[in-house]
Amino acid sequence: MTLPAAAVRFEQVVKRYGRHTAVDGVTLDIAEGEFFGLLGPNGAGKTTLISMLAGLTRPTVGRVLVQGHDVQTAPQAARRRLGVVPQELVFDPFFTVREILQIQSGYFGLRRNAVWIDELLHNLGLTAQADKNMRALSGGMKRRVMVAQALVHRPPVIVLDEPTAGVDVELRQSLWDFIARLNAEGHSVLLTTHYLEEAEALCKRIAVIKTGRIVALDRTDALLQRFAASVLYFRLLRGALPPQMAQATQQAGGRVALPVRGPQDVEQTLAALRQAGCEIDELELRRADLEDVFLQLIGAGR
Amino acid sequence: MTGLLTLLRKELLRFFKVSFQTVAAPIVTALLYLLIFSHAFTAHMQVFGHVPYTAFLIPGLMMMSVLQNAFANTSSSLIQSKITGNLVFVLLSPLKPWELFVAYVGASVIRGLIVGSGVLLVTLWFVPLTFVQPVWIVVFAALGASMLGALGLIAGIWAEKFDQMAAFQNFIITPATFLSGVFYSVQTLPAFWKVASHLNPFFYLIDGFRYGFFGAGDVSPWVSLIAALLGNLLCGGIALVMLLRGTKLRN
Repeated sequence: MTLPAAAVRFEQVVKRYGRHTAVDGVTLDIAEGEFFGLLGPNGAGKTTLISMLAGLTRPTVGRVLVQGHDVQTAPQAARRRLGVVPQELVFDPFFTVREILQIQSGYFGLRRNAVWIDELLHNLGLTAQADKNMRALSGGMKRRVMVAQALVHRPPVIVLDEPTAGVDVELRQSLWDFIARLNAEGHSVLLTTHYLEEAEALCKRIAVIKTGRIVALDRTDALLQRFAASVLYFRLLRGALPPQMAQATQQAGGRVALPVRGPQDVEQTLAALRQAGCEIDELELRRADLEDVFLQLIGAGR
Repeated sequence: MTGLLTLLRKELLRFFKVSFQTVAAPIVTALLYLLIFSHAFTAHMQVFGHVPYTAFLIPGLMMMSVLQNAFANTSSSLIQSKITGNLVFVLLSPLKPWELFVAYVGASVIRGLIVGSGVLLVTLWFVPLTFVQPVWIVVFAALGASMLGALGLIAGIWAEKFDQMAAFQNFIITPATFLSGVFYSVQTLPAFWKVASHLNPFFYLIDGFRYGFFGAGDVSPWVSLIAALLGNLLCGGIALVMLLRGTKLRN
């Protein structure tokens, strides 16, 4: 029996640049139809992973498959199934939006693609810009064109590398509506983003990577529960946190975030703080969000 | 084939859209060379015994324009899309390495031939020109353009900055074209430079091309043909291997 191929599969992938290891043994399956989030701080290896998936960078060890097609040994088959929105804002200044989309369709062997191109333009709010030169567009509009370019061939696997970086709120919403619709229609989506609330809202499953390794991989809701159900925020006015507490917390601008299991922990925590001679203010208990999970994972062992 | 034809069309549109700079400008340059050199030398020189200098010069200038523009098309396209980053859209496509090669070099050949024909059109009325063996003319124009198109591809893939591209252009392409017999017959050179010219692959491209016009050249057109084919094989081979390996494109 053969299992159905994953939309994307990373097998023991390592990427070294000289002595620097950017990706250090990543194994990961993204199922068909999944909306998957890849999170991590800058330099964690997210974009390197995406570049290897896109066939722009070769893995030093391991292999990457798109719907069962190895991106190195069957690049044509893999690329036909893949629509990648690169992170950097790039464009061809010689052409109009519509020309760009016609050209990109042609690269994928599609000669008559006008209906889908019109639909893309409409859904990404580009209809009014269709006959403008790329140079005349704002950054946000160029970003939309890049999304349209990645989708001209209706790829079953859509990869978005920081698609909303520097993009206005309006586009973020309409872009996500559109991508969510494509996902509902069966397209698999792999997303990297810095906006954790976006990932939390959209992604059913999340991998967190740090220095080239996966440090967490789970369903989004499970991840939230596992790491911290709630977070206790307070401002430290005087004294130093007890050592075991200091390790678990994140501090920024005098404000402390301490993960707790729930309200039942609050009393004990406050007692420990009082004993340590701490004086605190602006106490607040909040349900944990992905940012807390992220900060804990990334902060751990720093 | 749609993918290849699309990239070819895009590469053609790229220079058509700025044809003032990519077609008209090199034709004007060639015309200026013709005016200046023919004014300076016509009274003193006949080449191959019977060919007036102006007539001799025209095919040289044509071929120079073909070579330089074929090189410029691939090299500028590659370096621009590398530096602006939009080459990624080609690299993400399922186009095969040989399709990239054919489309880029094909567009180069077309630009080279258009500029070459333009030079012929504007210089034709200066002096009566003969077309003794038109087949050689077409063959050498096409081989010259494809060889330089492939060389431009190599340079475009290799260069990481406009600076390096300019160096390739100014220190290799321009000297090699100027010293290949565009402006003179190498027979008139001192022995050392005559030998040196025979080591320059561009010499054979121009000499074979000129043979088509006058039925005479510095070497046999068959020797030039072999040299042109070898040059194509070498440049085309290197460019193809670079594309296949993804040298500097997919690291």
